[in-house]
Amino acid sequence: MEEKLSFTLNGEKTEVLIDTSQTLLWVLRNHFGLTGAKYGCGTGFCGACTVLIDDEPFRSCMLPVADVAGKNVVTIEGVEKNGSLHPVQKAFIEHDALQCGFCTPGMILTAVALLMKNPVPTRQQIIEGMEDNLCRCGAHNRIIDAIETAALEINGGRKS
Amino acid sequence: MKEKSQDKSQDKSQERVPGKSPGEVQGKSPGEVQAESHAKAEEGISSESTADDRGSGMKRRNFVRLVGGGVAVLGAGIFIYFRPWRALGLSKGARQAGRSLTKDYNAFLHIQQDGMISCYTGKIEMGQGIITSLPMMMADELNVPTDKIRIVMGDTELCPYDAGTWGSLTTQQFGPAMRAALAEARAVLVEMASEQLNVPADRLEVRDGVVTDTANPETGISYAELAKGKKLEKYLDVKPPVEDHTEFSYVGKAVMRTDSYEKVTGKAIYTADLRLPGMVFARILRPPSHGASLKSVDVSAAEEMQGVEVVRDGDFIAVLSENRDTVDEAIVKIDAEYTFDELDVNDRTLFDWLQNPDSAVNVLRSTGNIDQGSRASDFIFESEFHDGYCAHASIETHTALAMLEGDKLTVWAATQTPFGLQDALVREFDMPHEKVRVIVPFVGGGFGGKIAFQEGIEVARLAKLSGKPVMLEWTREEEFFYDNFHPASVIRIKSGIDKDGLIKMWDYHLYYGGTRGADAIYDVPHVRITNYSQSKKTGPVHPVLTGSWRAPNNNTNTFARESQIDMMASKAGIDPLEFRLKNLKDENMIDCLKAAADKFGYTPAKAPSGRGIGIACGFDAGTWVAVIAQVIVDRPSGRIKVERVVAAQDMGLCVNPQGAVLQMEGCVNMGLGYALREEVFFEGGKVFTNGFDNYEIPKFSWIPEIECVILDRRDKPPKGGGEPVIIAIGAIIANAVYDATGARLYRMPMSPERVLEALEKV
Repeated sequence: MEEKLSFTLNGEKTEVLIDTSQTLLWVLRNHFGLTGAKYGCGTGFCGACTVLIDDEPFRSCMLPVADVAGKNVVTIEGVEKNGSLHPVQKAFIEHDALQCGFCTPGMILTAVALLMKNPVPTRQQIIEGMEDNLCRCGAHNRIIDAIETAALEINGGRKS
Repeated sequence: MKEKSQDKSQDKSQERVPGKSPGEVQGKSPGEVQAESHAKAEEGISSESTADDRGSGMKRRNFVRLVGGGVAVLGAGIFIYFRPWRALGLSKGARQAGRSLTKDYNAFLHIQQDGMISCYTGKIEMGQGIITSLPMMMADELNVPTDKIRIVMGDTELCPYDAGTWGSLTTQQFGPAMRAALAEARAVLVEMASEQLNVPADRLEVRDGVVTDTANPETGISYAELAKGKKLEKYLDVKPPVEDHTEFSYVGKAVMRTDSYEKVTGKAIYTADLRLPGMVFARILRPPSHGASLKSVDVSAAEEMQGVEVVRDGDFIAVLSENRDTVDEAIVKIDAEYTFDELDVNDRTLFDWLQNPDSAVNVLRSTGNIDQGSRASDFIFESEFHDGYCAHASIETHTALAMLEGDKLTVWAATQTPFGLQDALVREFDMPHEKVRVIVPFVGGGFGGKIAFQEGIEVARLAKLSGKPVMLEWTREEEFFYDNFHPASVIRIKSGIDKDGLIKMWDYHLYYGGTRGADAIYDVPHVRITNYSQSKKTGPVHPVLTGSWRAPNNNTNTFARESQIDMMASKAGIDPLEFRLKNLKDENMIDCLKAAADKFGYTPAKAPSGRGIGIACGFDAGTWVAVIAQVIVDRPSGRIKVERVVAAQDMGLCVNPQGAVLQMEGCVNMGLGYALREEVFFEGGKVFTNGFDNYEIPKFSWIPEIECVILDRRDKPPKGGGEPVIIAIGAIIANAVYDATGARLYRMPMSPERVLEALEKV
């Protein structure tokens, strides 16, 4: 059944006529052409499909799109601010914190949400916060380092 | 927020009965042990199976089961379209491809009029970083800056033929061939400049893509002006040498990844990100087991769904829809009945099953005489090691998109083997090569799992059957089911040392694993390496698909060999590093061990020292590695935490030290998975392991501190870097656990239950 659905997508008010039983991941990728969120497992275990909903990380492969009505959705395509990369994105580049890159958008969005909640995380808190996002290439150490660097930048260079 | 309930049709029972444990075998010759074990295996089989031998030597059983069912929800979608080749920055063009790597330099480069140089390679980028390192080699050979090079990868129409991206061979084999070709191109361009400038060639030098007169540096002509956008016509009878390593500007320097920006912004295009007008998504009806055949099927409920097309070609049945959710809903509405013809083996009986008496026996190496070696030994050690099936588990599943335009078929696929897929499509559809194009965008991890390209053939069949562009993205469950697992294997070793701790004898028996890394790397006078493999009498032995998994089977071989070495060192009362150095002649290996020990700050002690330090070394893809780990064993839970890993490798000339370190770190972290946790559960052809909930891969909390050392060997040919370090991870952990606790592990993965079991035996 097609229904009208209103929500904010990457900062823009959006209204679409859509079958709202569809999965958020497929709507983002196939309706909006936002292919940064990836299908990795379809059961919420890998985190490649992570997007932010009202600043919380969610597995978009597990959510009916109806659930984002009235909410604020941010995908990797919407993380850049005023044409400049988010400190987490910059830090991922600086640290070579990726290999194949398939898990990267989900990693970055999870880290962005983590730093919004806890701007000065300890290394252990970063590990715990990232624990359920899977990386098969083994870039973990660099991802942790990158999040530490991003935290420093966000906090104006203060040491956590 | 509610989460959608998921369709879980497969049995995910995790209850496991532990099978017979491997371990030290005492008081028997290997022959006797083998006979006893085969007798047990036979007993186990006949008591469980129905009688259907089929003359294969392996018992099978037949039964019938129904699958299907599900609730439909209708949906519709609108699509954003863009042309994949545009998104990938590719233009359509023709380039002839041979079936072995050409020596014609024109196949490797095209000098554009704007001064940019397109360089072509049939290799693909799956995270291993050749998108960064190949342009470094290209730039040095052509004497142009790397930012003037645009690398085009994995397109069968544009790139020279390549067998596939595997075996850590890009830098070892493709690199030198490409450099030789580009060296010729550079020499041809210098000759052309010599004619045009009327300056002798030996007075000319290429500086940043401009052929310059060294006597008069104001005079020069650029590559772009010389080539005028055209193919170069001249070829040299005497091929020029490649650039000497002392002349490199880029090679040997640490360069950061060049694909990071695209990958951190979501702009990087993987196969599933492509969209074509009229494109539909597909789900294929899958059998519940390897060895299942379709008996009857009813597709009517799926056909009745709005927006669903059911296509069928014999047993090959799929549902298509513009709506991705709809195909998930439609596929479970198909009712199918199967007959089963499966091997009667499961993950508990596997290791007896593998020691099949009808196996083909192949002695890979025989040096000296084993009996003589036994007599020369003061202590004899016999062990049996087990390793199960492991999945590649790339985060990107096998994915492909196919499009037919008239008589031209184009397939985009997440594969390590674009030309292999092209060949297969040519055979499958009886089409000429020039009518079949395969393009590989960024690949989201391969590790050997994407050497296979079943999805590429399937999607092309679907495009042919439907006449539409079709996108096929395997589900995680399909990914596990059709994965070419790392093969399970059994390794039996009988070895001996004399009173001085010198290895006198090494008798190695490998059942059904790969032989990479199976050789004895130590200086031993009496060596025999025997491989047991499938024969006509055994019929198929692996009940699941098997293939190459990062450093194919060298992980298992190194685990067995280096564990055995440690046992002998411990018995001899010699420090494990000292014992290795004493028994090695290979200078490169000795250098690696010393480099790793130095970086680690290693101090000698006889194991078990209580410190939890484990050491191992080995050889893979032309590269020598030595790795040392420090672990903590949590005795109550049996959990192993790897605290620190130091890896040293001699890989010859290291093209990009930064990229090489990323690969070494990746090997350590991925290696933790096969060593500690990764295991496939199955019964006959039914694979229970079907998701990341029941196949746990390394997570952030597992990760050790990692330090890497790359030995400076810039004057030596470059060797592989994508795999070597991973071979040692199982061994260093097993040896470190022994050092910490005195408990020896003979079975991977070294799960908490197995650690507890081993601790009990101390």
